[in-house]
Amino acid sequence: MSTTFVEEKPTQELEAFKGVKKVPHEEYYTSGHRTCQGCESAQIMKLMAKAAGPRTIVLGSTGCMYVANTSYYSTPWGVPWMHTQLGSSGSGALGVAAALRAQMRKGTMKDEPINVIAFCGDGGGADMGLGAISATMTHPDYNLLILMYDNESYANTDIQISGTSPYGVNTSFSTPGKVRRIMHHRWKKNVAALMLAGHPTCKYVGTISTSYPLQAMNNIRKALSIGGPTFIHCLNPCPKGWDFDPVLSFQLGELAVETGIWPLYEVENGKLKLYGKTEKIANGKFKRLPVREYLLKQGRFAHFVEEDIEFFQSKVDEMWNKWLVPGIIPLQKDVATE
Amino acid sequence: MATLTLPVEEKKKVQEQEALITGAEAIAIACKLANVDVVTAYPIRPYDTVMQYISQLVADGEMDCEYIAAEGEHSQFEIVKHASVCGARVFCGSSGVGWMYAMEALTVTPALRVPMVAMVGNRALDDPGAFGVEHNDALAVRDLGWLLTWVDSAQEALDTALIAYRVAEDRRMFVPLALSCDGAFLTHSQALVKIPAAEQVKKFLPPYNRGDLLLHPDNVISVAPQANEDWVMEIRRQNYAVTERACDVIREVYADFEKTFGRKYGNPFFEEYLTEDAEVVLLGMGTMSTPVKVAVRKLREEGKKVGFVRLRWFRPFAGPEIAKCLERFKAVGVIDRDFSFGSPNLSGVVATEVRAAMYTGASTRPPVLGFICGLGGREVTVPDVEEITKSVFEAAKGKAQPLTQWIGLRG
Repeated sequence: MSTTFVEEKPTQELEAFKGVKKVPHEEYYTSGHRTCQGCESAQIMKLMAKAAGPRTIVLGSTGCMYVANTSYYSTPWGVPWMHTQLGSSGSGALGVAAALRAQMRKGTMKDEPINVIAFCGDGGGADMGLGAISATMTHPDYNLLILMYDNESYANTDIQISGTSPYGVNTSFSTPGKVRRIMHHRWKKNVAALMLAGHPTCKYVGTISTSYPLQAMNNIRKALSIGGPTFIHCLNPCPKGWDFDPVLSFQLGELAVETGIWPLYEVENGKLKLYGKTEKIANGKFKRLPVREYLLKQGRFAHFVEEDIEFFQSKVDEMWNKWLVPGIIPLQKDVATE
Repeated sequence: MATLTLPVEEKKKVQEQEALITGAEAIAIACKLANVDVVTAYPIRPYDTVMQYISQLVADGEMDCEYIAAEGEHSQFEIVKHASVCGARVFCGSSGVGWMYAMEALTVTPALRVPMVAMVGNRALDDPGAFGVEHNDALAVRDLGWLLTWVDSAQEALDTALIAYRVAEDRRMFVPLALSCDGAFLTHSQALVKIPAAEQVKKFLPPYNRGDLLLHPDNVISVAPQANEDWVMEIRRQNYAVTERACDVIREVYADFEKTFGRKYGNPFFEEYLTEDAEVVLLGMGTMSTPVKVAVRKLREEGKKVGFVRLRWFRPFAGPEIAKCLERFKAVGVIDRDFSFGSPNLSGVVATEVRAAMYTGASTRPPVLGFICGLGGREVTVPDVEEITKSVFEAAKGKAQPLTQWIGLRG
C-alpha cells in the first residue's frame, strides 16, 4: 500500500509583516476596478493580494468584486484570476488545488507551493455556496483559502437580503412600509463559527476587518501557510448598501468591533484566540459601546425606533453574556445535566 | 511473438487486450488510458458505475488521478471546470436530473473554452422517477456549444472516449464534450471489448496543452471578466466558429484513430445499415440500434426494403451530409427517445432537426415522420419498429400520415 494517509503538500511560508513599514510596496490588485468610493470590499481584495504575493491563483465568485471589480480590458489583477460562478468558490478552489496537485505529482507542472484563494461575497458564501465551501473544508489534502467578504447584502444586484444581513435592515427586499416597519426578522448567520464547529479538518478559521489592515493581512498569511483548507470571514462596510458617507467606512468597521457586533478571533489548530478590541472586551478592559452608535450612522437602519435599537442591543448582549464562548459559539453556558 | 512472454502489466502497455466489460467500464478504462488528471464523482444511476470502476482503478494503483467525490453535481462540474483551466485533463459525468442540477456549470464551460469530457448515462428526467433511458438530459445542452455524441456499444464507448479527448482538446476546438450512453442498455450491459495498448493511446492522444489560456502564476491572465454588450457578441461568435470547424476536426480525428488502432467507423457522423437498396429508412440514436436492426432484417425477409441510419454526432449536426444521405429515400421515419413539447409539428428533437436539415440541404424532400418511442427506460421493441415502418411505407406511397406518433403506449 503506497498512500494510506493524507499526503500534505508544502505551503509557502509567509511570515507575518512586522509593522506597516515592513509591508512590501508591490501591489497585485491595482487600478482598473470600478468599485465605489469607500468600498471596504475592494480594500480587502487589495490586502488579500498583497498578503498572498505573486505565486498565487485567485478565483472570484460572482458578486460586487466580480461585476464592479473586473471588467474586460481593465482587470485590476496582477495575479492570475478567474471568474467563478456565484456558488462555486468552494468547488472552484478545490478544482484548482486538485489540478495543481495532480500535475505536480505527474511531473507535468513545476512542483512549487502556489497559493489558491477563492473569494466570495456573503451571498456567494453564506447563501448559495455554503454547501460547496462546507465540502471543501473537509478535504485535508488541498491547500486553499476561502475568503468571504461580507457587506451584508447582495450589494451588486441592488442591495437585497442575504443570509448575513443584520436584523431589521432596510434592503431592496425589505423596505419598511406603512404596515410593517421591520421586514427582515432573521439574525445574521454566524458563518465563521459554522465553519470551525462543523469542519474539524480545517486548521484555520478567522474573522477580520479592513479597519485593522495589518492584522487582516497577517491572518491571511497565516491561513495560507498553515496548509489544508482554511476560511476567513471579513466584515466590509459598504457606503452604497449601508447608506453612509464614504468617509465613515473605516470608522464603521471599528465600531462594528467596539460594539461587540463583529468579534475578531482566529481558531488555529482548534485553539481559539480573540484579538484586538474583541480580546479587550472579553477581558473587561474595554466596555462595549452601545449598538446605537453603530446603527444610527447608517441609513439602512434609519427606520429603527427605540424599541428596535433595544432589541438589537439585547441580542448583542446575549451574544456576550449568555453564549458558551462569548460572541462566537451560540450554545447556552448552562449545560443541562438531565 | 516476443510479447507473449511479457508479464501481464507489460503486455497491456504494448499489446491490445480483450475483455468482457460494460459500457461504463469501457469508459473508465478509456479514462485510465487517457491518463486523466482530475475526476469528480457524484452518485446517480445509471452513469455512476463509471465512477465506481474509476475509484477501483485508483485504489488498485492502475490510474493516477485526483479522485474527488463532490457534494452535488453543480460542484462536480465546477471542480473539473477549474481544474481544466489549470491544465488538467478531466473527466466527470451524470444522468437525468443530476445533469440538470449541474446546468449552470454546463452552461459556462463552452465560452470558457474548457475541453471537459463528460459521460451522460442517459436517464429520464423526474418527475415521476425512472431510472431508464431518455435522451432529454443530454439534449438540454444542445444549444450551448457542447459537442454531443451517442454511442451504441461498449467498444464504441471506449473508442469514442479516446476520440472525445482528441477532439475536445484540439486547440481549434477547446469545448466540452458529452458522451451519451443509454442508461442500462449500454451502461450496464457487458460485451467483448478490444482494449488498446497504452503505448498506442499515447501515440494517438497527445498531452492536453492549455497554452496561453493556462491559469498559472507564470501566465498572469484574468479569465472571464465582466464583458457586457461591449464584447459578449464577439465571444459568442468565437464559439460559433468552433462549430463551423467541428466536422472537419472530427473527420480528421477518426481518420487518425483508424490509422492508429485499425478500427474503422466509416462516416463519423452516422452509421448506415442496409440502406443501399432501401426504399425507406428509419433514423435514431443510441442503443435502439439493436432492436431496429433486428426488425430491419426481419422486414427484409418479408421483402420490405427498409434501412436504418444511426446518428452518432448530434452536435455538431452534420446537416448537409445527413440531408444528402436521406434525400435518396421515399420516406424517413425518425425515432426519438426524447420529447420536445410544443415544438413544430410537436415532434421529438431529432425529427425536428432532421426536417430542418432536409429543408435546406436536400434536393428532394421525402416525408419525414416523427415517432416518440422508448421513453422512461421502456424498450423499443421489434413490433414497435414494425409498426413504425408500416407507417413510413404508407407515407412513401403518398398516403398522409401523422407527423408525430407515440409508439408503444399502454391502453
